[in-house]
This record gives sequence, C-alpha cells and structure tokens, in this order.
Amino acid sequence: MDSKFLKMDLFGIPWLTVNIPNLILTTVAMAIVFFVSYFMSRKIRMYPTGAQNALEYLVQFIKNIISSTMDWKQGKNFVMLGITIILYVFVANMMGVPFELATADHEVWWNSPTSNPVLTISLAAFIIILTHIYGWKLKGPKEYGKDYFRPAFFMAPFKVVEDFSNTLTLGMRLYANIFAKEMIMVMLVGLGATTGIFWAFAAFLPLVVFQAFSVFIGSLQAFIFCMLTMVYMSHKVSEEH
Amino acid sequence: MFDIYEIEWVNALYQIAAFGVLLWLLKKFAFGPIMDMMEKREQHVADQIASAEKNRKDAEKYLAEQREAIQAARQEAKEIVENSKTMSDQQASDVLANARKEADRMKQSAVAEINTEKEQAISALREQVSTLSVLVATKVIEKELDEKEQEKLIQDTLKEVGEDL
Repeated sequence: MDSKFLKMDLFGIPWLTVNIPNLILTTVAMAIVFFVSYFMSRKIRMYPTGAQNALEYLVQFIKNIISSTMDWKQGKNFVMLGITIILYVFVANMMGVPFELATADHEVWWNSPTSNPVLTISLAAFIIILTHIYGWKLKGPKEYGKDYFRPAFFMAPFKVVEDFSNTLTLGMRLYANIFAKEMIMVMLVGLGATTGIFWAFAAFLPLVVFQAFSVFIGSLQAFIFCMLTMVYMSHKVSEEH
Repeated sequence: MFDIYEIEWVNALYQIAAFGVLLWLLKKFAFGPIMDMMEKREQHVADQIASAEKNRKDAEKYLAEQREAIQAARQEAKEIVENSKTMSDQQASDVLANARKEADRMKQSAVAEINTEKEQAISALREQVSTLSVLVATKVIEKELDEKEQEKLIQDTLKEVGEDL
C-alpha cells in the first residue's frame, strides 16, 4: 500500500522537488473545471435555460454561504473565490473516484490531487494569507492591527497561533478525508483484483457502496472547505459589533 | 517522516499560481458573464415591479377620475331633467294662462258684440215702432174710429211695443 510518486529535483537542486503526477493532476483538475464551466456558459440569456440554470444555482449557493458568514458589503468580493474553491476542490476530490492509475511497482499516475497533504495545506495557507490581505485591504492597517488585541491584549499570541492551526486543520481535514477514501478504495479494488474470483465478486458490492460514499465525502469536503474559507475570511474582514 | 527535501514546493507554488489563473479565467469566460446577467435580471425584475406598481397607481388614479366624471355626468343629467321638467311646467302654465286670457278676451268681445247688436236691434225696433205707429195711425184714420177708442188703441199699441223692449 505504500504509494510512490515519480519525483525529481528540479535543476538538480535538492529542495526543489517536483511531484510530476501531481503536477499533471492539478492541471487536469483545473482544466476540467474551466472547460466544463466554459462550455456551460456559452449561451447566456435573460431567461436562463439548462446549463445556465445550473451555474446560476451554483453562484446563488456560494452567495448564500457567504451571506451566512458575513455582510454582503464585504462578501461580494469573495464570490469568485468561493466558486473557484468549491469547483476545484470538488473536481479534485472526484478524480480518484472512478479509477486510479498506478504502475506495477506502485507508482501512482492518477488519483485525487487533494489526497496529497502538500497540495491541500498549501491551498489552505494560500487562503489564510488571502484572508490577511483582504483584512488589511478592507479594514485598513489600523483596524487590522487592532484585531490582534481584541477582545483583550493577551489574546495576541493566540491569534497568531490560530492562523497556523487554521492552516493546518483546513488542509489536513481535506487531505485526511480524501486520502482515507483513496486508501480504502485501493484496498477494496486490490482485494477484488488480486485474490481470486470469489473475492472479486465479494468486493464488488462494498466497492459500489463505497464509491457512492466517496462522492458524498468529496462533495461534503468541497463544501466544508469553501464554507471554512468564508468563515476565516469573515473573521478577518468583518467589523466588530 | 517529513523530510524537508521531500516537500514538493514546486507543486505547491504551481498549484497556487494555477489556482489564481483558474480564478481569473473562470471570472473572465464563465462566471463573470453569468453574474452580470444575474445582476441585469435582478435589475430588470426590480424595474418591472416598479413599473407595475406605477401602472397600478395610474390605473387607480384613472379609475377615481372616471368615477368622478360619471358622478358629474349623472349630476348633470339629473339637472337637465329637472330643468326640463320645470320648463315644461312653466310652459304648460303659460299655455294655460294664455288660453284663459284668450278665452276671456273672446268672451268679452262676444259680450261687446252682443251689446252692440242689441243696441242696433233696439234702434232698428224703434224705427220699426215709429213706422208701425204711423201705420196704426193710418189704419185708425181709415177705420174712422172715435177719438176715445183711437186714443186707447194708440196707448195699447205703444204699451205693447214698449213692453217688448
């Protein structure tokens, strides 16, 4: 079960490691997101039909998530961010559901890119940094700085720790869910594929059930990731009442 | 377990950069136009509601105006009927009065005519009486009656004639 990835050091620099399958997989996930959205939004009309309805429903869904965490005055900046996050994470989660590709010596070439902790934690860090940038931009440096000492001055260290813990939990939650899903799926498939005809049939039904569950987990994690992004964002950009 | 050299920094940076590009692309080609259209639709709906509200108010105003106009017309009709009624009453009484006056006038003229006729008749009779008295006188003379009888005859005749008048 020890999955390996084809890795190489870029330009021979030891700390500049590139995980080539993951590089391809993130690109594929983003390409899927872009092309599906692109082709769904070709015919935009005043009276929406078909695909346009679906995309408008998604926009409305993200707007509802944002409205539930912060004022629309600040929230209107984050609609596009929310849409991109939920679509990208959802597609990345789904990529490992139908199949996985690996070479005979367990070198993985196709799975969910979100089952890699580096990618999820870097995405989470990116989002936490964005919350700081927007907090600075929308509230002004003074209010932003004062926020560290609210509600009491001794809260400042906790606020700093909070940023790191938020990054970690946001990234690790997604990674752990998807990684566990992939693991169990690989085990079920491995059971069916390697231990003979009886187990192949015996593993089929649980595999189907688990794939349905994976779809559920993937959607839920995408939603949670987007929701928490907006929650952390609202902590930084909302005015104190 | 976590070797610092094992962390794939390039992947992380690549993903974040690609994420930014994806966000921009989605905004430019997919969700930007859709959100514009949603905004436009919202505006459209708001406009429609506002104009419907305005139309309703206008309609109410027109209705009130119409109602007022109908009321005025009804009032006017009532006045006209009333006027014509009083006018016809007036005319009827005028006609009646005229007729009465005419009748009076005719009656008076008739009375006057009758009086004139009567006068004429009396004068004509007087003439006849004188003629008759001459005739009677002639007859008396012819019969050669005595004076006493003659006198009596004249008196009787005169009385007779005079009583008739």
